[in-house]
Amino acid sequence: MTAVIAIEGLEVVFDRFRALKGVSLEVREGESYGLVGESGSGKSTLLRAITGLAPVSSGTITVNGKRLGKTRDKAFYREVQMVFQDPYGSLHPRQTVDRLLQEPLAIHGIADGEKRIERALDEVGLGKGFRFRYAHQLSGGQRQRVAIARALILEPSILLLDEPTSALDASVQAEVLNLLEEVRRRRKLTFLMVSHDLAIITHMCERLMVMQNGEAVETLTASQLIGHRVSADYTRNLLRASEGFVRV
Amino acid sequence: MSAEAIQSRRAWLLSDRPASRLQARLGRAYVAWRRFSANRLALVGLLIILALVMVAALAGVLAPYSATVGDLKNARLLAPSATHWFGTDDLGRDIYSRIIYGSRWTLYVVILVAIIAAPIGLLVGTIAGYAGGWTDAVLMRVTDIFLAFPKLVLALAFVAALGPGIENAVLAIAITSWPPYARIARAETLTVRNSDYIKAVQLMGASPFRIVLRHIMPLCISSLIIRVTLDMAGIILTAAGLGFLGLGAQPPLPEWGTMIASGRRFILDQWWVAGAPGFAILIVSLGFNLLGDGLRDALDPRSGDQ
Repeated sequence: MTAVIAIEGLEVVFDRFRALKGVSLEVREGESYGLVGESGSGKSTLLRAITGLAPVSSGTITVNGKRLGKTRDKAFYREVQMVFQDPYGSLHPRQTVDRLLQEPLAIHGIADGEKRIERALDEVGLGKGFRFRYAHQLSGGQRQRVAIARALILEPSILLLDEPTSALDASVQAEVLNLLEEVRRRRKLTFLMVSHDLAIITHMCERLMVMQNGEAVETLTASQLIGHRVSADYTRNLLRASEGFVRV
Repeated sequence: MSAEAIQSRRAWLLSDRPASRLQARLGRAYVAWRRFSANRLALVGLLIILALVMVAALAGVLAPYSATVGDLKNARLLAPSATHWFGTDDLGRDIYSRIIYGSRWTLYVVILVAIIAAPIGLLVGTIAGYAGGWTDAVLMRVTDIFLAFPKLVLALAFVAALGPGIENAVLAIAITSWPPYARIARAETLTVRNSDYIKAVQLMGASPFRIVLRHIMPLCISSLIIRVTLDMAGIILTAAGLGFLGLGAQPPLPEWGTMIASGRRFILDQWWVAGAPGFAILIVSLGFNLLGDGLRDALDPRSGDQ
């Protein structure tokens, strides 16, 4: 197993605020890696730094053995795609699903668009009936499926998931998570997934990193988390908080 | 067409599962049209503008007399009557015919200004808003400079430099009317540039040019259309004002503002010479304003399920 994403001492600074303070992590090929932590712990910033949306001030990011510079080229975006947290904000309000899915194909000059769009919609469990709808004609879960289809249409090998289900209600959440699991198995994708929900992370990921205030607290396997074999106090608090929530 | 056929056509347009690109687009247009046509005054405005276009197109058929050649011997300054509906002017020309031909010039001015000023404003505004930083600062300071001058005075300066004539008047008005459009487009761009759907397109690897052109501009266009339509009345009045000052259309061109200027001398005794073109300007300006109001209701991206 080789590392497809390797991050070393990553620092991100917005105006003077250090959002990430020297974080390192390694994601192996084909694994699903979780990032857990409270709001503002820098987990989303980490994803954004990988995609080039957040300014990296020091440290290195290596994806598929290639060290990333300040800008990302088109080849990078064919390998790495992202699904956003809010399905209501991530689809263009004036474009049909068809247009949304066509855009990445047009940007990358991919010819067999028709087939790919149909396949992508089938893959995420939306039939042809959804192809010419606008975002406002879709429910939250359907929107997130469209967002997943859009991320998959370029056939990336790495998918970054920024709390993909936190804006959805519980039953839809399960559907979307199952869909993601299925897609990962079929396409042998590598996931880097952010969530504040420990249950989702233990369900979806083999390994995970706990973050707090822009720093890595500890790295665990899912079974360690389930068995409460954790060493940091912060993680213990997090576990207690999530169980307390379950009991109520 | 039977009632059932109409019913099924409506259902096809309003379907929430459109089967083709065309159906989706038509359905969207139909929803906008329904919202627009629910506003009676907007329909009146639309009718006025359509009538203006028809009159301009059919001027040769509709006008009973020549617009430039009058009967100096027998028909000077006649009051409105059955033969000359709006009377005649000091050179014996039929005012009704001149107004009909003048609609062409009004339309010419309005359309040219709109297609020159709106794209400039849209381009400057979206680029400034999306690029930010230095580009934004430079473009917006230029816009501020243009905004700081009173419109008519700046137009006067341009016409004075370029020479009087309707083409130069159009150019002068266009140059002075793009800054507000740039402001609107920039404001609109700033509200969407950090949204996830624009980020998502960035993550597809789209170039900034493509993002501005294909993803940001479509969102700015509806507010721009509304603003341009509402400005049409102002454009007509500025053109008329330039004509009135003798810096716009030159006689014998039957431009409405110029006609008012030449009727000024007889305004107390032969009121119809200046009154008729004034009334025409009033009606058309009103039409554009009503239309703009209706479009605002129909196209506002923040209203309803858009």
